[in-house]
Amino acid sequence: MKHAQKTLTVRTPEGISFPLPIATPISRFLALAVDLAVIYGAMTMLTVVLALFGLISTDLAGAFWLLASFLLALGYPIVMEWFWRGQTLGKRLLRLQVMDEQGLRLQFSQIVIRNLLRAVDGLPLFYLFGGVSAFLSMRGQRLGDLAANTIVVFHPKIPELDFDEIRPAKYNSFRDHPHLVARLRQGVTPAETGIILQALLRRDRIAPEARPALFVRLRAHLERKVRFPPEVVEGLSDEQYVRNALDALLK
Amino acid sequence: MSGFRCQGRGGPQAAGLIGQTPDTCSMIINIQKFVENGKPAWEELEALLARRERGPEKRLSLEEIRRFHYLYDRVSSDLAKVATFASEKETRRYLETLVARAYGQIHEIRETPHRFRPARWFFVVFPRTFRRHLRAFALASAVTAAGCLFGAAAMALDPDSKDVLLPSADHIMRDPADRVADEERVLTDRLNGRKTQGAAFYMTHNSRVAVATLALGVTWGIGTLVALFANGVMVGAITLDYARAGQTDFLVGWLLPHGSVEIPAILLAGQAGFVLASALIGWGRNISLRARMRQVSRDLVTLIFGVVVLLVWAGIVEAYLSQYHKPAIPYSLKIVFGCVELALVIVFLAWSGRLAGRSARLVGEVTTPPANPGAPP
Repeated sequence: MKHAQKTLTVRTPEGISFPLPIATPISRFLALAVDLAVIYGAMTMLTVVLALFGLISTDLAGAFWLLASFLLALGYPIVMEWFWRGQTLGKRLLRLQVMDEQGLRLQFSQIVIRNLLRAVDGLPLFYLFGGVSAFLSMRGQRLGDLAANTIVVFHPKIPELDFDEIRPAKYNSFRDHPHLVARLRQGVTPAETGIILQALLRRDRIAPEARPALFVRLRAHLERKVRFPPEVVEGLSDEQYVRNALDALLK
Repeated sequence: MSGFRCQGRGGPQAAGLIGQTPDTCSMIINIQKFVENGKPAWEELEALLARRERGPEKRLSLEEIRRFHYLYDRVSSDLAKVATFASEKETRRYLETLVARAYGQIHEIRETPHRFRPARWFFVVFPRTFRRHLRAFALASAVTAAGCLFGAAAMALDPDSKDVLLPSADHIMRDPADRVADEERVLTDRLNGRKTQGAAFYMTHNSRVAVATLALGVTWGIGTLVALFANGVMVGAITLDYARAGQTDFLVGWLLPHGSVEIPAILLAGQAGFVLASALIGWGRNISLRARMRQVSRDLVTLIFGVVVLLVWAGIVEAYLSQYHKPAIPYSLKIVFGCVELALVIVFLAWSGRLAGRSARLVGEVTTPPANPGAPP
């Protein structure tokens, strides 16, 4: 069963609305694991450096280690989220970002509170309180997020739009029949256009054996909307037919 | 507008053919041209946002504000156009991200972060924040005092309960008279080469306790209450244990130098925990949870950072002074030192920053015009 992703829709006074997809507890847990690994790595390096410093003064080296481990554990997420606008290394790798619940600017106090409250979210073990809270919350908030008015959103990867992929390779014969192009535009919904566009953009990622069947189906679907004269489509492959149709739809 | 055209369904030709009305108009976008035309404005807004986010304390000129507002409107408008076209997911997502970031800047009404001045923060902002939430501090003190009484009463009624009431550290579990005799026999610096480590340990350990005391406020204050009570139980039980053994001088000389700062600091952490709890519960406040949390979030951060500063001092004193006893340092000297510290803490929390607040109010009275000029003062 497909898991419905939680989203928060912000509606601006200008009448624009934009959805913010909420990060799942699993992705947040993975980001946390990356951050813990970073802290552990930094501590290991620090231990080696301080072991050398200990040759001069074991007392100072020990004190520095205690302070550094405390500051790293508590300060790493605070400093990173402040300077990287709501992201730590783990969050950046997993495309997550802490945001204000109302879409406003993230404040330093919000970052501090959500991170200090990890002390409770982490109880009794492995972020059980925080995880349960995030699962139950409509906005996927752990207790620290609830107190700080923050949410963690997921930014899906947006591939660069490659216009060459969707451009017809040669002269588009469909354009010689503007009334049919107009009827095509009338008959094809924006959602259908989106499917055609995505099929062409992702053609190289579709298995070679599945690709012809896909374009056959798309062509058949388009032909049910509008039928171009046989001399126009003669010799056009199914994929080329779909490219021409999309070109006609978009321009 | 270039790059974007609105036609009757299927374009003007189709409208002519099948008689569609303009209100059924479906927006068809020439994506490539749309992106090419919009990109300079999008990139300009992106660069402006990056500058704002890097240095939020920097003020924009009027011209920059106008430009920022224009770009926000322009990109919002582009988003509205592209949002009607289901195929353009990538461009839409990009524009949504831009608008989301700009929205946060344009519609933010909370005070803009200003340059941090540590001295002003510590001597003015921190004590004033403490005074704003005196009731929460009184509650934290009362709970700790109740814990002290309970701990002392439990030790008085059942001395064997020491094992349960106190942490299992050797020096605490021992008979007080034996410990004092041993400590006073030492003539060398037994902590030589370990004092800085000790100070760091006390600082970090106590800061962790303080953070936990604050964080437990999220359990509607129950966790903070339990933490403060348990802390009080330990202090009460130790006090009675040493007092009954006739070692009051040693006890006060041992605990007061650092305790005069450390205990108020933990009470302040408890105060922060109760402020958090009060905002979560929201009794008698007819505003949303979100608004209540916004009201207290800065105060919570100020209180906990203030607590950490106090605990750094307490840690130094505990490592370098509290652990040394007679004959190295006379108890009277340690007790006087502790009393002076306590007095300073009280004066600091009660009065520090009052003058700055009064000056600000006076300046406000002079510069702020009355809300209703015709009304009598």
